[in-house]
This record gives sequence, C-alpha cells and structure tokens, in this order.
Amino acid sequence: MSTETEAAPVPAPPAKEPQRGAGLPSWAVQGLVSLSAIVLALLVGAILIIIGDDQVQKAVGYFGAAPMDTLSAALTAVGEAYKSLAVGALGGWTPISESLTQATPLICGGLAVSLAFRTGLFNIGAQGQLIAGAILASYVGFAWHLPPVLHLIVAIVAGLIGGALWGGVVGLLKARTGAHEVIVTIMLNYVAIYLLAWLLTTSTFQRPGRTDPISPIVDSNAQYPKFGDTRLHVGFLVALVAAVFVWWLLNRSTIGFELRAVGANADASRTAGMSVGRAYVIAMVVAGALAGLAGTQQVLGTDLPLTDGVAASVGFDAITVALLGRGTPLGTVLAGLLFGALNAGGLQMQLITQTPLTLTTVLQAVIVLFVAAPALVRSIFRFLPKERGVGAVLAKGWNG
Amino acid sequence: MTETTPDAVPAAPAKPQVIEAPADRTRRLRVGGVMLVFALIGLGLAAFTKSGKATFQLVSGDLEHNLLGLPAQPVAIVLGILGVGAAVAYILRQVPQRYAGWLAAVLGVAFIGAFLCWASAGKTFPLANQFQGTLNFATPLILGALAGVLCERAGVINIAIEGQFLVGAFTAALVSSTTNSATAALIAAAASGVLMAALLAVFSIKYLVNQVVLGVVLVVFATGITGFLFDQFMQPEAEKLNTPNVLSAVKIPGLADIPFIGPILFNQTILVYLTYLAVAVVTFVLFETRWGLRIRAVGEHPKAADTVGIKVKRIRYSAVLAAGVLAGLGGAFFTVGYAGSFAKEMTAGNGFIALAALIMGRWHPIGAMVAALFFGFATQLQSQLQIIQTPIPGELLLMAPYLATIIAVAGLVGRVRAPKADGEPYVTE
Repeated sequence: MSTETEAAPVPAPPAKEPQRGAGLPSWAVQGLVSLSAIVLALLVGAILIIIGDDQVQKAVGYFGAAPMDTLSAALTAVGEAYKSLAVGALGGWTPISESLTQATPLICGGLAVSLAFRTGLFNIGAQGQLIAGAILASYVGFAWHLPPVLHLIVAIVAGLIGGALWGGVVGLLKARTGAHEVIVTIMLNYVAIYLLAWLLTTSTFQRPGRTDPISPIVDSNAQYPKFGDTRLHVGFLVALVAAVFVWWLLNRSTIGFELRAVGANADASRTAGMSVGRAYVIAMVVAGALAGLAGTQQVLGTDLPLTDGVAASVGFDAITVALLGRGTPLGTVLAGLLFGALNAGGLQMQLITQTPLTLTTVLQAVIVLFVAAPALVRSIFRFLPKERGVGAVLAKGWNG
Repeated sequence: MTETTPDAVPAAPAKPQVIEAPADRTRRLRVGGVMLVFALIGLGLAAFTKSGKATFQLVSGDLEHNLLGLPAQPVAIVLGILGVGAAVAYILRQVPQRYAGWLAAVLGVAFIGAFLCWASAGKTFPLANQFQGTLNFATPLILGALAGVLCERAGVINIAIEGQFLVGAFTAALVSSTTNSATAALIAAAASGVLMAALLAVFSIKYLVNQVVLGVVLVVFATGITGFLFDQFMQPEAEKLNTPNVLSAVKIPGLADIPFIGPILFNQTILVYLTYLAVAVVTFVLFETRWGLRIRAVGEHPKAADTVGIKVKRIRYSAVLAAGVLAGLGGAFFTVGYAGSFAKEMTAGNGFIALAALIMGRWHPIGAMVAALFFGFATQLQSQLQIIQTPIPGELLLMAPYLATIIAVAGLVGRVRAPKADGEPYVTE
C-alpha cells in the first residue's frame, strides 16, 4: 500500500483554530478535497485488489500461522497493480501518448457537461450529442472527397453542427416548455444510439460488402494528423483550444456572463432583464457542439470508421470528468487527463497483473462520489478547511 | 377565446357553457393536434394495407387452432376512422373533460390495431407471444418504476435504478448458483437493492449530495463493481457461480384457464406475481396509509411536514430503503427471471426506461405500470415484427419509448409535474 501511505495526510494538529485554512484560496481548498478523494478512491481500489488476489487468498488460509504473509501478499498485490497502472499511464512516450489519446474526447465531452453546469443545466446527453456529431462528421469524411485541410475542417464543422442540433433541441424544449433537461438528455441518448444502429444498417452508411455495423473508413484528407507512430492525433490540441475557448466564453464574454448569471440564479437574471430561455438554448447549443467535437475526435482521429461503439462510454465518463473538474475549464482538462491516464493505465494493469479494467471504473465512480460529498471527505480528513459555495452551481430538482 | 363568450342564442339553458382558460385552450388544441396526427397516420396505414387476411395467433405456439382471421384492410380502415373520430371529438370538446383520457385510450388502441392489421396483412401475427413478451419486458420496468415512485414521492430523485438493477441481477445470479434456492436468490437480490438504496439515502439525505449527480455516479459505481466482481470471481468459475436456476412458471389453478389472457397473466413466475402485488401494495400504501401520507407530505412540502412533527429524514430513509427492495427484485428478473446467467451491463439501459415510465406515469404507481407495459409492448413488437418481416426498421420502434417520454415531458400530452420537493435535500435550520 506504498502508494497510499506516501500521499496519506499527516494527522491533523490539535484543532485549536476554528478558522483553519480560511486564508487558503478556494481553488486550493477544492484541489485538496479532490486530492483527498483520489487517495480515498485508491484505498477502496486497494481493498478490491486485495480481495481479488490469489496469493492473498492463499495466505489468508494460514493467517493464524503467519499473519505477516497475508499482509505482505496484500502489499505486493496492491503495489504491483498500481505500479503497472502508473507505468501504463506515464512510463514513457508511448504510454503518455495513449493517455492523452484517451483524454482527448473526455476533455471535450467534459467541457460540454461543464459549460451546461455553469448555466444551471445538467447535461447527461453528451453521449447522444457525441454520437450525432460522429454520424455527420463520418458521413462528410467518407462520402465527400475534398482537398486536404479543407476536408478535415468541413468534417469537423459537420460534427459540431450535429452535436449542436442534438443539444440545441434540449435547450429549446427547456426554454419553451420547461421540459427537464435531465430527462430529455437521457432519452435523446437512447434515441441517438438506436439512430446510429439503424443508420449502420442502411446502404448509405454501411461499408459495402459488410454485414456488421461498420461504415467505410474516412478519407485520409479528413483525418486528424497523427503524432509519429502513436495513436495520438491533433484532436488533442483542438481539445485544449476548446478549453481555452470555453474559458474565454465563460469568463471574458458578455454571453458567458449571462450564462453564469442564469446558472447562479435564474430568477434574479430574469428580473435583471436577461433572457433565461436564450441562455439555456445558447448553453446547450455550445455544449452540444463541444460534445460533437469529441465525436469528431473519435471518428476522425481514433477510430476512423464509424461503428456502433463509437461513443463507448465517453459521454458518461464526461459527466464524471466535469464533476471532478468542478465545472471549470482548467479543472475539466486536468480531470480529463487523470481519467485518460486511468483508462490507459488500466488497460496495462489488466494485461500485466490481470486486475480487471473495470477496477478503473470503480475508481472513477468513487473519486467523484467523494468529490461530490465534501462533507464526507472532511469527516475523514479532519484537517481540510471548510469550503464555501461549492456545489451550489449544480442543477436542482426536477422542477427547478 | 371566442368560446368563452356565451352563445348569441340565449334560449339554450340546458347546455351550460364551460369557461375555458386560454392556457387550457392552447393545451387542448396542441394535444388534439398531436392526437390528430397519430390518427391520420393510422388511417394512412389503413390506406396502404394490402388486401388479404391478417391472422392473429391466440395461443402461443399453436399454429393450427385458435387463430383469428380478420380482413386486414376493412378492419384497419374502421379502426383508422375510429381514431380520427376520437381525436376530432377531443378537439371539439364533444365529451366531458373527465372522460377526455378515454378518447386518448381509444385512439391508442385503434392506432395499434390499425398498425397490426397493416403489418400482418397476409401473414400470421403471434398475438399471444406479443402479450407474453410485453409482460416479460415490463416486469422489471414496473418494479423499477415503482421503486422510483416511492423515492421521488418522498422527495429523493432516484436515477440510480439502473445501478440497483445491475447489483440485484448480479446478486440473484450468484446466490441462485451457489444455494440453488430461488427464495434465497430473491431475498439476496432485494437485500442488495437495499444496500444500493442505502448509499443513495445516506449520500443524499445525510451528505446533501446533488441527487442527479449521485444517481449518475451510483450507476457508474454499480457498473464498475459488478463488472469487477464478474471479471475477477464469477467468470473464472462460471459453471459454479454463474449458473442460476431460472424461476419456473407457477400456474394459478382456475385463473390460468381463462381463454387468451389466462395463460398470459396467470402462468408466470413468482417474480411476476410479486410485481402484481407490488403495484397494489405501493398504490395502497401511498394513498391509504399514514406512512404513505407522510411520504407524500415530505416530498411535497417537507417544512410543513416537519412543523406538524413528521420526522422528514426518517420518512425519506424508510421510503428510499423500501424502494431498494423493489429495485433489487427488478434486477433479479434479468438473471433468475429471464436470461439465466449474468453478463456485464446486461440491464442495458432498462433502469433508465423505468425512470421514463415513472415520469410518463406521472409519479403514480398505476400510471407507471401502464407506461411500463407500453414500453414493454413496443420492445416486444420490435422483435415480433422482425420475425414477420415488415419494412419498419426495428431500431426505430425501439426509439418509441424514449420519444414518447420526450413528448410527455415537453407537455405536448397532458401536464407532467414532479413532487414539489423532489430532489431538494431537507436541512433543518
């Protein structure tokens, strides 16, 4: 358990000062809580690894005779699993490029969820928006034949439009009829999944001569250029540009100010003369376009043909990424990088120590669970200072 | 608004004018418009129905006897006209407001009937299988939606039904394989559902975590943990750990002999009978008992409930945990009630369809059941139509539940309103 003990906190000094940490800026407090959540998640993961390890199970058989054997077997199991996880994520250029490849769509998808969060909307529909974007982008990619650069740009724009439409419907319904975005986005995810499944059986999309759901490969002109021999492609840089754009939009533009105002207090914004409905539509259109961008990265960068597995679980992981990133562009990028590394490292861990990849899913869920419950994390790590106003930006109940 | 002015002829006191608010009028016209579109599609299908007989198989597996042959096109046309009549009657307010719902039901049945005539003209449609499959698909949806009703009536949003299903399915398969006992499997599944519900309850009620966030995270967590346990333990020893006994059907004497519906409704597994029971019990408990009244009170106005001495948090805990039993049983259906073995992510979004059913059913147990049956019907119809080969792609039919839910929450069909305090944690000052 060496990994945990290194990062584990020093016992808190006597809690004499009630205002501990009051001087810390809020980003530092949030960072500490996130870090603590990651440590706790790794502890939970360690328990699962220990339970699942053969050597530990053998050693437990004679626990009474040699209790230290169990302990050392447990430490070895956890150490090796986490070591292969870390090596698979960061040990050299190839693992790092794989981590960044995995992070690319997570960042864009995460931004789609984050931007909606800041407007007071809970966008569970990144999955559907991503699929809609991927459908249009791949169609332009394999059915049209344009010169280099131009083809890629047109295909990306098509993806943006696909996502923007799929997201815009949600904003429009919310603005016009009050339909709750959580319900509409969940439903639209499944509509998109079945739409994709159907399209891949039609002659327009299905690759000639194939009976399985797969499209032709997109033209090389429409592909994101790759870095060397790796799977990493220029889409990663596009994701970073998108993050800067979202930062600019939210923090430096008039529209962004309105979005944040509506997210903080829709009633007050309405009183101040802002159009809440317009803010919802804009937020969902831009969020959808960002998720569509993630779709282009999948289909024009990583996968190349469109398949029914194009979205994998990116759209859902994007929600956890955005939650971990607290709805800020920088936080989302960092969270996307972390989850990308966990995914890439998890594959390596599965290969070397036979620890199932699903462990990383558990890790991600537990991290976000703890991040979403700062009160719980604080009750475990007493030294953490109290946060102010965190979590208040998130969506409220069905009627809110 | 012209209707609100009294008729120019004053000598008609027998027909009192009902004053209609402008908003209601808009709604009536909008709903009526949607109904008319469906009715006209139904009539259009009738026009394109091939001549010949549509044969409906009334007993599952019996191709010789008990067949109902109908002249496809005439029947479809009659049904189509009936549907248009219902839509027009609704738009023109020809029936009292109270019975307006019946018009929608008439339209729905007529539309489905016309559709079936169109699809099976010149062919044989296995009608008994259709209803049998509807019930199969609907069983977990009903249990999940009932779980959602209990939670959300108490003011706790539950979008983690999918996660509860997965854990319930896994536990039922594991316990059934190791103990060979159906009772133990069902009890264990219910217990695992309660365990997931406890996570939902503690994090939402005690730690005030945003409940939508929490639901999403719990689904991811359940996916991860069942996937991990499956990969690590169950899969390597699949013969020992993943061979649950599928529940056998129990015939209810007497009731099972009713023609047509008897074998469909009363020759089922214990889990299906538990589902019937659950609908009745949840409805009774919610609307006829003190606990139910308190659940609804804390879901609508927790502060008022607190003021009169109701322990808000305690009631919410009890409702969420009780709902866990239902969701866990719903999960058990996937393994011991149907498939016979566990697979990763086998619930395939059914938890979210249950959520949709709960919303379509307007947070009412009976409504949720009807919506779940409708969703089950659409799912089963999709596989039936593939067998008899119709030009409609199955994927588009599978979209129907989701599109219907969007239409419902957008207020195109009736008003959908959640319990007022749904999703709001209660903090005592």
